[in-house]
Amino acid sequence: MLRPNGPVARCWVKILVCMKQVPQKDAPLKLNEGGTWIREDVSYEVNEPDAYALEEALRQKEKHGGEVVVITAGPARAQQVLREALAKGADRAIHLEDDRFVGLDAFNVARAFAAAIKEDAFDLIFTGLQSDDYGYAQTGVLLAELMGWPHATIIMQIEKKDSGIRVKRELEAGFFQFVEMPLPAVLTIQSGINKLRYATLIGIKQAKNKPMRKVSWDDVSGAVGENLQKVEKLYVPQKTKKTEYLEGSPAEVAKKLVDKLRNEVRVL
Amino acid sequence: MAIKFKGVDFLEFDTLLSDEERMVRATTREFIEDNLLPIIEQCNRDGRFPRELVKPMGELGFFGPTLRGYGCAEMNNVEYGLIMQELERGDSGLRSFASVQSGLVMYPIYAFGSDEQKDRWLPGMAKGDKLGCFGLTEPDSGSNPGSMRTRARREGTEYVLSGEKMWITSGSIADVAVIWAKSDEHGGKVRGFLVETDRPGFVAKDIHGKWSLRASVTSSLSMQDVRIPAENLLPKSSGLKSALMCLNQARYGIAWGAVGAAMACYDCALQYAQFRKQFRDQPIASHQLVQQKLVWMINEITKAQFMLLQVGRLKDQDKVRPEHISLVKRNNVWMALECARMARDILGANGIADEYPIFRHMANLESVKTYEGTHDIHTLIVGSAITGIDAF
Ligand SMILES: Cc1cc2nc3c(=O)[nH]c(=O)nc-3n(C[C@H](O)[C@H](O)[C@H](O)COP(=O)(O)OP(=O)(O)OC[C@H]3O[C@@H](n4cnc5c(N)ncnc54)[C@H](O)[C@@H]3O)c2cc1C
Repeated sequence: MLRPNGPVARCWVKILVCMKQVPQKDAPLKLNEGGTWIREDVSYEVNEPDAYALEEALRQKEKHGGEVVVITAGPARAQQVLREALAKGADRAIHLEDDRFVGLDAFNVARAFAAAIKEDAFDLIFTGLQSDDYGYAQTGVLLAELMGWPHATIIMQIEKKDSGIRVKRELEAGFFQFVEMPLPAVLTIQSGINKLRYATLIGIKQAKNKPMRKVSWDDVSGAVGENLQKVEKLYVPQKTKKTEYLEGSPAEVAKKLVDKLRNEVRVL
Repeated sequence: MAIKFKGVDFLEFDTLLSDEERMVRATTREFIEDNLLPIIEQCNRDGRFPRELVKPMGELGFFGPTLRGYGCAEMNNVEYGLIMQELERGDSGLRSFASVQSGLVMYPIYAFGSDEQKDRWLPGMAKGDKLGCFGLTEPDSGSNPGSMRTRARREGTEYVLSGEKMWITSGSIADVAVIWAKSDEHGGKVRGFLVETDRPGFVAKDIHGKWSLRASVTSSLSMQDVRIPAENLLPKSSGLKSALMCLNQARYGIAWGAVGAAMACYDCALQYAQFRKQFRDQPIASHQLVQQKLVWMINEITKAQFMLLQVGRLKDQDKVRPEHISLVKRNNVWMALECARMARDILGANGIADEYPIFRHMANLESVKTYEGTHDIHTLIVGSAITGIDAF
């Protein structure tokens, strides 16, 4: 999509939502042969915070007009998250489709996204706060850096202002922070910011006719470099817990217990 | 317990579904899990139809989903079936409501109605703003609807209807009733009439004391000289055949629905059997007799799924025959009821408690076995189709 030239009525929000397909939350996971990641034969679902990011984008569009575009990087199966997003009301989708996108670190995913959208002009880019699989919480932040845009993380609320937006960030221990920022900007969205909608049956039918742009590995590989971060080894935590019975009279047991708590566990 | 339901798919059934079909199922499943499952046991105890779900269901497109236009979702028949399956995994009562609204009220208006009737009723019914019921059965006329006594006589610009209808789903909450009556003007032939339920002489009374479908409204309708304008006749309805065409729509959905109820029972029994321990601290799923029951269930559910898919695809191609639908209604409700009974057994005493969904499904399925043509009547329909001899 080329940026429209001339006096095109500019709608307020043109939002890109980055969405990832991740292994289903309670799916039984099996390690791959190299022990570096999980096997492909699990069930997948949309990354939870990304679903909230999409919902927030759709709400902003309903309030202010505009366009919602969804993007993902992943193999053919990942298209499902885009289809779902289109069924819920996104206007079009961009799929960076290749098995190789699975192994990229957050920096390279951000670089691939930046390359794929360089001809688009977004006001806002939303990502989920973090992905439920790697949990880096970096893709959005790095993408902002690559775009040269400001960003804010863990967003709980977005309000339009004349000068840009005012957002509410979640801090630790029940504290919140309000930040005003100009556009364009990148926001990483916290789960629970809104109530997710269902895809309506009519929405599902309409999704079929919405544009889905495919971007190949070759289209963006020039922008992508060596992974800076890599999973060396993935393993199921080894059980180290052991139970020990203390025997003797109550007084003896108490003495042994105090000794253990003081010298072994070091909590006294 | 309570591991989230992931669907039942032993033979890669899902690979035969399109992305849209899977999404339709996912949307329905999510809706039911968020909105019906948390309240259904209480509704069942209270004998209350969860009417608050009707509007949201309409917004999602669950009513008249296969019809074209009028704000309907224009689904194919497999998508329609998957909706019914997921609704009934929640509860047969809510599925019954949806079957009646879509298959027994919207469909006859769509298929046999005038343009004015369609414009008047279908958009509101698709949204769930207007509800309908279907009056065929009478106190003395069940499996043989040809014996009905309800009559319509013509007086000037009106028809005057008199008679009793019995066991009518949604009777007392409906805005309009599709009433089947013998019409004097048409030589005693059965015709369909749209009767607004606020007409003088029309009284709907709920049937209480049901052990089954407690979360759905079942009523008796009494019509004493109910006057309706002549334009309320469904112009393209002709004879009992039209009523049976409606039943075919609804029965098809019921055949899918029953699989949903069976899946709910199977899923619950499987989880329970893996977690409940008896003898040598072993899960009861480790006993051969328990496994045999679980295997029976997955086997029957799997067969039912593939039969349904074929019937659904035939229906999309306009090639389905009534006996095909009878075959799946008969088989699937039977196997679902057997699954419910076996699942009940696997849960032992817990199986009779409404903390688990099984007994509710079992009780519900007893109605499902009877309505829309009893199990045995469907045997006779299939029997007649293969032998050429009616045995009713
Ligand atoms: C909860 C519920 C909701 C319902 N909702 C509706 C509704 O919305 N609209 C509506 O019109 N109806 C509705 N019905 C009615 C339902 O369709 C009828 O109950 C059904 O058609 C059977 O009729 P019956 O109960 O009179 O049984 P009967 O016809 O009296 O049958 C009793 C038994 O005799 C058997 N039998 C009858 N004839 C034969 C034969 N020739 N050969 C062998 N066996 C035979 C039957 O198979 C059955 O086992 C509902 C019923 C229930 C329970």
